[in-house]
Amino acid sequence: MSLLDYFKSTKPNSAKVAKERLQILVAHERRSRHQPSYLPELQKELLAVIQKYIKVDQDAISVNFDSDDEQETLELNIILPDEPQT
Amino acid sequence: MARIIVVTSGKGGVGKTTTSAAIAMGLAKKGFKTAVIDFDVGLRNLDLIMGCERRVVYDFVNVINGEATLNQALIKDKRCNQLFILPASQTRDKDALTKEGVGKILKELSKTFKYIICDSPAGIERGANLAMYFADDAFVVTNPEVASVRDSDRMLGILSSKSQRAENNDEAIKEYLLLSRYNPKRVKLGEMLSVDDVQDILSLHLLGVIPESQSVLTASNSGIPVILDENSDAGQAYTDIVNRYLGEEVPHRFIDENKKGLLGRLFGS
Repeated sequence: MSLLDYFKSTKPNSAKVAKERLQILVAHERRSRHQPSYLPELQKELLAVIQKYIKVDQDAISVNFDSDDEQETLELNIILPDEPQT
Repeated sequence: MARIIVVTSGKGGVGKTTTSAAIAMGLAKKGFKTAVIDFDVGLRNLDLIMGCERRVVYDFVNVINGEATLNQALIKDKRCNQLFILPASQTRDKDALTKEGVGKILKELSKTFKYIICDSPAGIERGANLAMYFADDAFVVTNPEVASVRDSDRMLGILSSKSQRAENNDEAIKEYLLLSRYNPKRVKLGEMLSVDDVQDILSLHLLGVIPESQSVLTASNSGIPVILDENSDAGQAYTDIVNRYLGEEVPHRFIDENKKGLLGRLFGS
């Protein structure tokens, strides 16, 4: 590490961190803005059904909605536990 | 026909009322008959910033309820005869504002006024929604700070979906960015989001940068819109913003740190 690097690294660029965090968050929030309003309810009910059969966590299921000019996609993603439950 | 401008931000304390007062005064001084309306029912403050708090007799809600006429409620500014202030009610609850009532008042004002500035309350409740509902232009006041930028983006979403123009499929509200409390020195040190950073995230047309300035507090202390302090940086920034809004080509200022000369450095300021 050169002397220059030492001086550089003592000044963390918090503005850069702020920008990166905002870009991710804003992109996420903009996507969810265009989602149908029934999505959270659907996610809750699906989770309830799946939990009847498999022991999964609350956050083991995600429902995503994407749309472009051509088509709309509803994506359901369930993370199953490592060991099968009996 | 009047042009209706909403001054909005989502987050509180970023400078909406300061901006509303300054822009309204700036447009009125240009000779345009301008009304500025406080939509913050229950927490009115525009009267204080405009310095007319002791002249409030009737308010916005009185007019909506038919308890006073618009002419009785409008306060004529003592410094500029083209400027009128419609104060918010201090005592009523937020539900006192109705879409029909607000629409009717704006329609009546539109007959004689050139610009109507709607000073939105913070948040996304009724007052904020009604302040933006009838707008033609939106001035999105943002601080170079994460919470403010996020809330501004949220407001952009609401502007594009819940306004009258959006509902009628009319031409969208014109959205402008006003970046306030900007500190070029801290931006240079990497401690504050830069204009470009905020622009990258919000992709809005930049109407102007208002530097963090002591003159804003001094102005509000005395009830004088900061735009009237022509020697102050914030006052000049708002003058530029008004001129840009009216279509003048004005180069952006206050984005870079003011280089002090040798004398300035020696004696400070």
